[in-house]
Amino acid sequence: MERAIEIEQLFVSYLGNQVVKDITFSVNKGSLVGIIGPNGAGKSTLMKAALNLISKDKGNVKIFGEPLKRWKTNIAYVPQRSDIDWDFPITVIDVVLLGTYPKLGLFKRPSKNDRAWAFDCLKTVGMEQFSNRQIGELSGGQQQRVFLARALAQKAELFFLDEPFVGIDVASEETIINILRDLKREGKTILVVHHDLSKAESYFDHLLLLNKHMIHFGASEEVLQPEVITRAYANQFSFLQPKGVNVT
Amino acid sequence: MNFIDFIEALFQYQFLQKALFTSIMVGIICGIVGCFIILRGMALMGDAISHAVLPGVAISYMLGISFFFGAVITGVLTAIGIGYVSQNSRIKHDMAIGIMFTSMFAVGIIIITFMKSSADLYHILFGNVLAVRMSDMWMTLGIGVLVIALVVLFYKELLVSTFDPTMAQSYGLPNKWIHYALMVVLTMVTVASLQTVGIVLVVAMLITPAATAYLLTNRLSVMIYLSALIGTIASVFGLYFSFTYNLASGATIVLVSAFMFALAFFFSPSQGLMWKAMKARKNRVELMR
Ligand SMILES: Nc1ncnc2c1ncn2[C@@H]1O[C@H](COP(=O)(O)OP(=O)(O)O)[C@@H](O)[C@H]1O
Ligand SMILES: [Mg+2]
Repeated sequence: MERAIEIEQLFVSYLGNQVVKDITFSVNKGSLVGIIGPNGAGKSTLMKAALNLISKDKGNVKIFGEPLKRWKTNIAYVPQRSDIDWDFPITVIDVVLLGTYPKLGLFKRPSKNDRAWAFDCLKTVGMEQFSNRQIGELSGGQQQRVFLARALAQKAELFFLDEPFVGIDVASEETIINILRDLKREGKTILVVHHDLSKAESYFDHLLLLNKHMIHFGASEEVLQPEVITRAYANQFSFLQPKGVNVT
Repeated sequence: MNFIDFIEALFQYQFLQKALFTSIMVGIICGIVGCFIILRGMALMGDAISHAVLPGVAISYMLGISFFFGAVITGVLTAIGIGYVSQNSRIKHDMAIGIMFTSMFAVGIIIITFMKSSADLYHILFGNVLAVRMSDMWMTLGIGVLVIALVVLFYKELLVSTFDPTMAQSYGLPNKWIHYALMVVLTMVTVASLQTVGIVLVVAMLITPAATAYLLTNRLSVMIYLSALIGTIASVFGLYFSFTYNLASGATIVLVSAFMFALAFFFSPSQGLMWKAMKARKNRVELMR
């Protein structure tokens, strides 16, 4: 199996406060991997540092055995909450079209074909009837679907999605997970930050469980063992100890 | 004097032709650059940089060299200074802007005091479009062509880095350099606008036409064209009022664009206050039945 992502001894801190410590794992091409852990565990931070969007204290990231730099245009990233101005004068279809930009390079404008492809991607996520809406005039789930369509438009090899299922309706969630499964079938590699343990096993084939430190990385059923989960979530329940509940 | 007489005067007087040409150019480039300035939330920064070029302009004036170089140097230094102060202390961005640009402006005023006539100060601050020289006109044209070429060539990159800087960064666009490049463009636009609207009011030409266009469309490309058009209309009519009633051209141009903004604010089909109120009322009436 070809190694798509290799992360070695990754450490990240904010203002001297270490929030990601010593994370090492590697992901095979064509896998759908969930990154799980409690709130504030450093999941988003790990993803951003892996993509070099924030600086890391230490660590090495390789994509298909090469430095990240050479794969930048081949990685589609959908952040947790897009930090964008929702009043921006841009329509849904034009947001999706942005996905074609990384591979166009300087000075080239998207062609008719690129536009048609962007529209196809919008169809894939079931949002084509909104194509001329301004981006702010959508619900949270619809916005999330549009950003997924943009990631699809990028024709990337790797997909990094941060909490794509948060705050969206059941139908949107269903659409998104099916699309991710299709991508996997096409041999794409997908990393998804997720915090709902109940669906983790059915959604992902591998899981990375972390709580600042790496707790475990492995096949989903292996990670979702009570002892393993407890290690990540134990301190979340420490308030129960005085009441006689012991989760460790 | 009515508008027809103004047109006649235009054919007659070369100084008026130069003034008109320069104002239109300024209306167009301020309109274009202004779109990116307001969408990046940099209206205040635009104000700061345009004021901060004053010492550079004053020194160039004294040395007898083109305004261009002095202005770009002080403008960029101010932009870097603002970034440096806000990134390396708890001083917020808007505080840093307030401190840096007023200081630069003050330095500029003191330098100008050493100049021969106070008319110079007045013209730099408030513009004097009827005194545009051939060389000023060519400089404005040169800056205009350069700015338009940059926006056309890097439209894609400007759009992404303005709308979604995280995406831009993740595929390798140098956001920081784009920011500083825009600051350089901003100082050039200020220099180009010196004769027409003057330093004090450049920011109005950057913000008002762009903000008007922003109320009228949901597409950036359309917004840019509209903004340039609105800037042009403001320049032409502003010049007309300035020439006819012997008023400062900067002030009349800015007031015409403010008037157009007010029209859009109340009557824009999608965002206008009036339609919004009417729609809300219609809905209420329908529910009452
Ligand atoms: N920009 C930031 N500056 C300082 N601390 C941060 C910043 N972003 C996140 N943190 C802190 O880092 C920790 C990990 O955050 P994050 O990676 O967002 O967690 P998760 O995504 O797992 O919920 C949290 O304790 C959070 O408060
Ligand atoms: Mg997070």
